Amino acid sequence: MSFDVPDDLRYLDTHEWVRATDATAEIGISDFAQDELGDVVFVELPDEGAELTAGEDFGVVESIKAVSDVYAPVSGTVTAVNDRLRDEPELLNEDPYGDGWMLEIDLTDESELDDLLSPADYRDQIE
Amino acid sequence: MTLRSSPLSGSHARTDASLTDFGGWEMPVEFDSIRAEHEAVREAVGKFDVSHMGQVTVSGPDAAALTQRLTTNDVSALDPGEAQYAAITDADGVMLDDTVVYRLPDGVDDDYLFVPNAGHDGEMTERWLTERDDRGLDAAVTNRTEEYAMIAVQGPEAPDLLAAETDVALGDLTRFEVVSGTVAGIESLVARTGYTGERGFEVLCPWSSAETVWGALECQSCGLGARDTLRLEMGFLLSGQDFHPTEDPRTPYEAGIGWTVKLDTEFVGRDALEAVEAEGPDEKLVGIELIDRGVPRHGYEVTTPDGEPIGRVTSGTMSPTLGEPIALGYVSVAHAEPDTAVRVVVRGEPKKARTRSTPFLDR
Repeated sequence: MSFDVPDDLRYLDTHEWVRATDATAEIGISDFAQDELGDVVFVELPDEGAELTAGEDFGVVESIKAVSDVYAPVSGTVTAVNDRLRDEPELLNEDPYGDGWMLEIDLTDESELDDLLSPADYRDQIE
Repeated sequence: MTLRSSPLSGSHARTDASLTDFGGWEMPVEFDSIRAEHEAVREAVGKFDVSHMGQVTVSGPDAAALTQRLTTNDVSALDPGEAQYAAITDADGVMLDDTVVYRLPDGVDDDYLFVPNAGHDGEMTERWLTERDDRGLDAAVTNRTEEYAMIAVQGPEAPDLLAAETDVALGDLTRFEVVSGTVAGIESLVARTGYTGERGFEVLCPWSSAETVWGALECQSCGLGARDTLRLEMGFLLSGQDFHPTEDPRTPYEAGIGWTVKLDTEFVGRDALEAVEAEGPDEKLVGIELIDRGVPRHGYEVTTPDGEPIGRVTSGTMSPTLGEPIALGYVSVAHAEPDTAVRVVVRGEPKKARTRSTPFLDR
């Protein structure tokens, strides 16, 4: 099986992705992660204004079969939360890099992006 | 430890099925998606490889007497071709496993067959042999778990699907009846039993012919994930999870299957259970429906609205059919009435919930 790993993102080894634009970033979970979890039924995310610390868990994704923590790839302040996931958690399965995004944050330290996996490295990890 | 594998493992390996260790067996947990598999069974038909279930045969003059000694239901009530659900209890009345006991139809070599849960076949065979020897009974006890494959075909369209592949008159088969016949040309036992709440059948065929039978039944393949959500919607127990002889010892009365206990028969655990029945259990298994958002899981604490602990969740999921979080769990009898307001503690957060009777789904 082959998983989608977009080239414009960076990844954490625990299967989260970051789409960085200047000092802001979008965060979500990878295609591989959603496939491993199976049918997602519940997503718990922090509120706007919450502070994320790189490497620490910030939310929970539950599928029918499993509960999984979600880890912050980078540190920052939450500026937007994808409220659609509340009633449509299946968006994580259907469109993990698009409509299934989780949070938007203001980056605390852009240099943390350099610690993340490149698409090629992440592809190596999951294949 | 090497995992035991189903005779269909080769067939499963040719699919995208994800596998899991279940009771010492490597079995498919999900072929496509739990939701899709679940819906296929509720709305059409699906097939399950349940070859991990044990098969132990008991034959000879004392086969019925021996099986009666070790199961809670009334074995003497079975005519050839009939089956019954039962608990297997220890001397304290604690459930070691639950099982279906079949009195095999005339013409089959063995007299009785019982089906312990995954990984319990060895232990239960020993239990039967020990009891036989202690009591000087005349019966042959044989663990045939790796002689029989077991395939469940479940769903409203299961009768039509199976009818096309069998010489058994399925329409004449009532619940918990078993007959011998061919499926896809293979000599098999066909029972009208299942674990989903839907119309359906379980086919026991020779291990070596499993692929023929499985392949002939063309419908959605379903894994243990869907099997779990389907049984949970019906409030059916899962051995080892909703009761466990050491980690969560329960009597059949606590587990809500007191109806399988026939105190007018003689079996190991009877006297202890008579006392429990007279006094009533302290805790009972109830259905729980979450009102707040969240998913109840095995081990989560159940409290009163004031936070007083009253029990624990043993099984929980997001019900694919209802779209609501549901659970089974034990609570003290004072809180076991349906519609009692309770809380389920999800990651430290008390979530509003209420007890309710099972099944969660009308079937």
